[in-house]
Amino acid sequence: MLQIDRWKRILIIGLCILGLGFAVPNLFYTRVESHNDAVAAIARTGVETPELAAARDGWPGWLPSSVVALGLDLRGGAHLLGEVRVAEVHKARMDALWPELRRALADERATLGAVRRLPSPEGTLKIEIEKPEGLTRATEIVRGFSNPVTTLTGAGQQSLAIQAQGNTLTIQLSDAEKAVTDDRTVQQSVEIIRRRVDEVGTREPTIVRQGADRILIQVPGIGSAEELKALIGTTAKLTFNSVVGTGTNPDARPGVGQVILPSAEQEGLYYTLEESPVVTGEELTDAVPSTDQNGLPSVDFRFNPSGARKFGAYTSANIGQPFAIVLDNKVISAPVIRQAITAGSGQISGSMDFDGANQLAILLRAGALPAKLDFLEERTIGPELGQDSIDAGRLSSVIATAAVVAYMIASYGLFGAFASVSVIANVILILSIMSVMGATLTLPGIAGIVLTVGTAVDANVIIYERIREELRAGKRVAKAISDGFDEAMSAIIDANVTSFIAAAVMFFLGSGPVKGFAVTLTIGLVTSVFTAIFLTRLMIIWWLEWRKPKELIL
Amino acid sequence: MAFRLKLVPDHTDIDFFRWQWLTFGLSAAAMALSVLLIATMGLNFGIDFKGGTTIRTESPTAFEVGDYRQALDGLGFSDLAITEVFDPSFGQDRHVAMIRVGTTDETGSVSAEQLNRIETALQQVDPQITFASVESVGPKVSAELIQTAFYAVGAACLGIMAYIWLRFEWQFAIGCVVALIHDVLLTVGLFSLFQLKFDLTTIAALLTTLGFSCNDTVVVFDRLRENLMKYKTRPLIDLMNLTCNETLSRTIMTAVTTAIALTAMLIFGGDVIRDFVIAMLFGVVVGCYSTIYVAKNIVLWLGVKRDWSKKDPKLAASPFENAERP
Repeated sequence: MLQIDRWKRILIIGLCILGLGFAVPNLFYTRVESHNDAVAAIARTGVETPELAAARDGWPGWLPSSVVALGLDLRGGAHLLGEVRVAEVHKARMDALWPELRRALADERATLGAVRRLPSPEGTLKIEIEKPEGLTRATEIVRGFSNPVTTLTGAGQQSLAIQAQGNTLTIQLSDAEKAVTDDRTVQQSVEIIRRRVDEVGTREPTIVRQGADRILIQVPGIGSAEELKALIGTTAKLTFNSVVGTGTNPDARPGVGQVILPSAEQEGLYYTLEESPVVTGEELTDAVPSTDQNGLPSVDFRFNPSGARKFGAYTSANIGQPFAIVLDNKVISAPVIRQAITAGSGQISGSMDFDGANQLAILLRAGALPAKLDFLEERTIGPELGQDSIDAGRLSSVIATAAVVAYMIASYGLFGAFASVSVIANVILILSIMSVMGATLTLPGIAGIVLTVGTAVDANVIIYERIREELRAGKRVAKAISDGFDEAMSAIIDANVTSFIAAAVMFFLGSGPVKGFAVTLTIGLVTSVFTAIFLTRLMIIWWLEWRKPKELIL
Repeated sequence: MAFRLKLVPDHTDIDFFRWQWLTFGLSAAAMALSVLLIATMGLNFGIDFKGGTTIRTESPTAFEVGDYRQALDGLGFSDLAITEVFDPSFGQDRHVAMIRVGTTDETGSVSAEQLNRIETALQQVDPQITFASVESVGPKVSAELIQTAFYAVGAACLGIMAYIWLRFEWQFAIGCVVALIHDVLLTVGLFSLFQLKFDLTTIAALLTTLGFSCNDTVVVFDRLRENLMKYKTRPLIDLMNLTCNETLSRTIMTAVTTAIALTAMLIFGGDVIRDFVIAMLFGVVVGCYSTIYVAKNIVLWLGVKRDWSKKDPKLAASPFENAERP
């Protein structure tokens, strides 16, 4: 155990120096961070302003420039856990199916008789046909709308589940199709939330899917969870519908294929609209805040070619008629069409302030969420509190390390100093690995580092105590040290594996700060074993080779 | 001779089993007391597990908890709790309070409008007040989190047990897990006794304690196994005492360094994670105790295989088999 090849020695020292190199940027946190931001900004925009160049030159480009990402509890920001109402999409799918189905069934009026939709739970479609003997034919027609679902497990399943009974058909999405749809809905939601958050331009937001239908959103630096909610909690579903009439009774019975929606501008005013929209927000290519001819805030938008064509055709056919601009089931405005709008652009104005116009433009650009989000968890941490925690964490780490070093040296003398070097190398290695991995440091994570300072010496202690025993048994110095390392090995490995099991459980079951703690702890375990059995040993070997001691007092 | 700080003398010959009925009885009593405390006093669950909203307020001027309470009482929140937070680092012009209100919503967290009402009411009492952090958790998530926490502690215990069983013998695994349960129960009992905030980070602290406590136990077991191979005929109880005396210095040493580091964190780490550090520190102490007085006793009662020289056909396939033989 006392021979280490030269190349291994170089490797051990090299790793430590590399670790030091990668840990150094953390000492100049703000400077490195503005350097990174500036580099990213220049790469993105291609423009190099003097401020950006100054920020970039604040840190030499050839040095490592990754720093430990700070968790929300240290940096301040907002955290939201949202649940996507996936069932909304099921309902929308069924509602969209009905007009098509009605047309197809109406073509077979001779065999089926009159067809009508009966009230049924959301997400299902219940159809009654006049002649029960036509049910088989009706089922066939409906089946024509069903597609095979391709999934890993549900191969061969159809997208629609159809139940025929008496003279009614109950149609809903099959379980396989539901699973596929839900998956897509959540993925789309994640995508759209990411676009919206990116539009605001904050640094390093975390937007990840959690479980089947949840989305975790963490945005550092944002003022509050409420702000974030306003940005991502709005569905922003924009449609242009034709207006059938207006009224004051929200409970009036609309005709088939019509809906009654409230006005956003005027309390108590309700519009009756055709349910299927002329054009939707999906066909927008751009939206920017601006002002209308009266100087009031508005949003200018532009359609894509197909949207422009539909809108142009509709407006030229309906001059003099009002049409409604509907956002999230509220009629923002219902202007009268004065002339055909064929240029493919338009303006939304009314019932918004400048912030609102700005926000709406962002939302329209990013696209609508496929379904509404419910927020299950929200946290806002102020930046000052985070800074306090960083300061406290830094102070306590330094004091803890100093105290442990003092105690180790008092207990083991020179060997204690070796162990202390290892402990400090250990902290440096943890920081550098976290920087390179892009792992997030949280407040419990800092506690984890401090705890590691305490436990990292454990491996050294096991070895030293063993060496003491071997010495007491009368062995020569070199032999005692060699045996000490050998004998201590299995205890060190076993002891660390159990800690590792606990940390792994935390990582897989924990969230947020706890996960950060688990990551720090795990990295700390690996580095502490490395420093104890390689770095400490290397130092001891050097000392042995240099002093060739006849006796050792440990 | 150079000075060496030694908390444990070179040679100790302590009979750890002399008072075994007392110490074991003490442990059993402490565990029973913990269960009783948890059952009667309950735990001061944080919003992670209970749902609700906590608001951390800071103000440069001193305040009376009563004033805050009066301001918020009228708003009709269930389960309103206001506590003042103290920390040596705050100084004269920093006064911190934690306000907790229960959940009002079925699925989601507290609404923006309710939050606004709380903040306006407090601003009327103290115009300089700021809100350092606002966190709310809906009942749906909190119910899941508490379940996950249970699973986590259970999974960690099982994982550790399985590893020790692989590496040693089943008796050792049982001994270790009993010690773990002992540590967890006592720590949770402490949280109940002092009504410290019990939330997700407490679970993290518990899991860390598990790892640490086990770490300690494993080092002792490792030595015990070695001694079992070395002295084939000595009574088990003697071997255990020998092992414990041999490893005592290391046990104390590691516990002390860990305690030193954690104490620094306890004093200087700020109030936000104080409860977390308390849990870990207490866990280190009971973990150390349970290694010496609980885990071994269980193994002693269960007995172990004594003849390690003969290969057990069942164990021959163990990948660690050859690595073990010196």
